[in-house]
Amino acid sequence: MAWAGKLLRVDLTAGTCKSEPLNMKWAQDYLGQRGLATKYLVEEIDPKVDPLSPKNKLIMATGPLTGTSASTAGRYSVITKGALTGAIACSNSGGFFGNEMKNAGWDMIIFEGKSEKPVYLMLENDDARLMDAAEFWGTSVWDTEEGIKHKHGDPMIRVASIGVSGEKGVKFACVVNDMHRAAGRSGVGTVMGSKNLKAVAIRGTKGVKVKDPKRFLGASTAAKKVLADNAVTGQGLPAMGTQVLMNVINETGALPTRNHRDSQFAGANDIGAEAMQKVRETDGKTNLVTNAACFGCTIACGRISQIDRTHFSVLERPQYHGASGGLEYEAAWALGAATGVNDLEALTFANFVCNEQGIDPITFGATLGAAMELFEDGVITEKQTGMSLKFGDAKALCEMALLTGKGEGFGAEIGLGSKLLTEKYGRPELSMGVKGQEFPAYDGRGIQGIGLAYATSNRGACHLRGYTIASEVFGIPVKTDPLESDGKPALVKAFQDATAAVDSSGLCVFTTFAWTLEDFAPQIDAACEGEWTAERLLQVGERIWNLERTFNNAAGFTAADDNLPQRLLKDAAKTGPATGKVNELSKMLPEYYQLRGWTAEGVPTNETMSRLGL
Amino acid sequence: MLVLLRQFRIEWGCPVGLPGGEGEFMHKSLSIDPDKCTGCLQCELACSLEHEGAFNPSKSRIKVITFEAKGRFVPYTCTQCAEAWCLEACPTHAITIDRATGAKMVSDALCVGCKVCTIACPFGTINFNQSTGKVIKCDLCGGDPECSKACPTQAITYVDANWTGLDKMRASAAVADAAAQA
Repeated sequence: MAWAGKLLRVDLTAGTCKSEPLNMKWAQDYLGQRGLATKYLVEEIDPKVDPLSPKNKLIMATGPLTGTSASTAGRYSVITKGALTGAIACSNSGGFFGNEMKNAGWDMIIFEGKSEKPVYLMLENDDARLMDAAEFWGTSVWDTEEGIKHKHGDPMIRVASIGVSGEKGVKFACVVNDMHRAAGRSGVGTVMGSKNLKAVAIRGTKGVKVKDPKRFLGASTAAKKVLADNAVTGQGLPAMGTQVLMNVINETGALPTRNHRDSQFAGANDIGAEAMQKVRETDGKTNLVTNAACFGCTIACGRISQIDRTHFSVLERPQYHGASGGLEYEAAWALGAATGVNDLEALTFANFVCNEQGIDPITFGATLGAAMELFEDGVITEKQTGMSLKFGDAKALCEMALLTGKGEGFGAEIGLGSKLLTEKYGRPELSMGVKGQEFPAYDGRGIQGIGLAYATSNRGACHLRGYTIASEVFGIPVKTDPLESDGKPALVKAFQDATAAVDSSGLCVFTTFAWTLEDFAPQIDAACEGEWTAERLLQVGERIWNLERTFNNAAGFTAADDNLPQRLLKDAAKTGPATGKVNELSKMLPEYYQLRGWTAEGVPTNETMSRLGL
Repeated sequence: MLVLLRQFRIEWGCPVGLPGGEGEFMHKSLSIDPDKCTGCLQCELACSLEHEGAFNPSKSRIKVITFEAKGRFVPYTCTQCAEAWCLEACPTHAITIDRATGAKMVSDALCVGCKVCTIACPFGTINFNQSTGKVIKCDLCGGDPECSKACPTQAITYVDANWTGLDKMRASAAVADAAAQA
C-alpha cells in the first residue's frame, strides 16, 4: 500500500492508454517519484535521443506518500530528458494535482511518442481518454485550466498544462498545475509541447491507503509537531515565505546581481518579504494578500499577491487585477536582482505572466539579465530587441515576459535560454549557468559549497539538488563557513543524496529545514511495504544520484561539464563579506569525485556501481 | 405531515427540548475562521480517513472552498441546524439527532439515496455518495471532530455551541477597549 501499484502508459502516436502494474522490485530500490521514474526513463529511452524527438518520453510521477495526510504530501514530479539541458530532468511541483493522480489510482503516467494533433489526457479514476485539444491550443495555462473544467462541467478537476511557450518551443517552458504551481525547470513543458500534449486533467475519488494507519498517524503527527515547533518551518516560512531570504542572502554578499557582475543588490530591500508586506501609498493595500498551502502542507510558505491597479503593467490589463501566485525568493531574485529591476509590482506582474504562459522565471530572468549585458555591451541593439534593454528597466522586464511567454519577437530569442542566446551573439562567457541551465539565487563566490552543488547537479545549475545554503547560511543541521571550501565536498554529497530520497517520497524538500531522514523514515515505514530506515533512504538517494549520473554520462556529458562560468572562477566578488573571493571549484571537485567513488573523469567505478546495486 | 414527523422524531430520537425546547445542553459546535485557513486540506484528509478508512478528500464531509482571485480559503460543512430541514424532508426517517452531540445522523440502513435532503438543505452540506448510494454529512465524529484536531492553524475549532461568537467578541472588545483608552 501507499503505492497505488499501477501506472498508466499513454502512447500519443497510437492514441492509446494502457494500465500496467508498477514494478514493485524497482519501487523498493528507488522508492517513487524522482527515483522510480528516473529508473523507468533510463530503462526505456536512448540517452542520446533528441529531447524534442518523439522517442523521448515524459513521465509524471507521484511518491508513495503523495495523497496521504503526512505534511506536504501533495508532490509530483515531471521526469524526462530536458529540453534546456539535454541532461536528465526532474522538476517537482506542489499544488493539488499530485494528490488527484494518486487518488485516481495511479503512481505515474508515462507519455511516449507524439500525437498527430494537439490533445489532452482526461483521466477519471480508471477511465483514461485522449481528447481533442484544438480549442485550447494557442491559449494560456490559465485559460486552458478554466476551459477544461468548464467543458467537463466539473470544477473539482485538477489540471496540469503548458502555455503558449511550450507549444512554441521556448526552451524553458514549465508544466503548470493549479494555476500557479509549476514543475518549473529544465524545459519539461517544452518536451510536453513537442508531443502535442496540451494538458493532463484528472479527477480521482478512489482514496489512498497506508499499510498501518495507526502507526502512520502517530509518526506523521509527531513529524508535524517538529515542523510547527521549528523557527523556519513554523514561523519564518508561513509569515515571510521563501522571500525571507532576500535580505539575508544580500547581506551574506551572495545575491547575484545584473548577470553576476555584482554579488549584492542595492534594491534588495525593495523586492523582498518586507516590501511585500508594506502598505502601498496608492491603494492602502499590501502586495501580499495571504499565505497559502499546497495539498496537505502544514508549513504554507506559498504567497498570494495582488498587483497595484495603478501600476503601469496592469493599467490596461484588468485580467491581472485578481490575486494569484506571488513572488517566491528565486523568482523575485531572477526577475529583480538578475535584471537590476527593483520595482516589486513589475516583478509580480512578470511572475504572473510566467505562471500564465508557463515559463520558468529563474531561467527567464537570468537570460534577460544576459541579454541586458549584451545590450549594454553593444553586442545587440534595439534593431534586434525592439526596445531598450538596459539593466534596471522595469518596462522592458514586463514586455519581455509577455513576448517570451508567447515566443514572439525578441522573446523568441530570450526563449533560447542564456547558453544558446549568448553563443548566437558570440559571447558564451556571459551565460551564467551549468550544463545549459541558469543559476538560481545564490552566488558561488560568496557561498562556496553551493558552487560545487551547482557544478555537479545532474539537471544543470540548481539549488534544490543539494541546498547547502541550509548549512552555510542557516546552520542546519550544522553551521559551516560559507567562504570556506574545506569540508564542502562531503557536505554537498550528503545534501544531494538525502534530497534525492526526499524527492522520491511524495513530500516537499522544504520540510528538511526541520526534518532529517530520521523524521521521514517512520512515516514511510508505516505507510509502505518494506523496512524503511534513515540509512536505507540515504542509500536509495545515493543510488538515484548515481543512476542520474550514468544517464548523463551516456548522453555525452563529461567531467568538463562539471564546471562554472569563468566569471565565478576568475572575477572576484567586489563588495560585501565575500570581497576578493572566487569559487574554489578546482580544489573541491577532485575530492567530491573521490567521496562519490568516481574516477578522476567523473565516472562511477565498477565497485561503486555494484555497491549500489546498479 | 412534517410537523407530525418532527414530533415523532423528537419523542423517539432525541432529548426533549431539541429543537426549540427548554432543556439545557452542553453541546459543542464547529467554529470556522477563514482568516486562519491556508487551504491545506488536512481537515478533508482527516475527515475522509475517519469515515472512509482512506485518504480521500472527494469523500470528505467538510470542504475547503477556494476563491482564487480573492486569495480566500473557506472551510465549510454542516452547521447542525437546530431545526434541520434535511431531517424534516427525509421520507424514510433516515436522519436522526445524536443525543450526546446534537449532530444530525444519517442511518445507512434506512437511507434509500433519494437525495431529497440534498434539495432541502439550504447550504449544500449534505451530499450523495455515488460509491454507496447513500447521502453523507458531518456527524461531528461522535463529539471529537477529526477535522478540528487536524487543522494546523486552528481555523476549525470545536467550541461551546452557545458561544461560537466568543473569539470575535473578544477581538471586538479589544478594539473597543483600545479606542476607549486612546
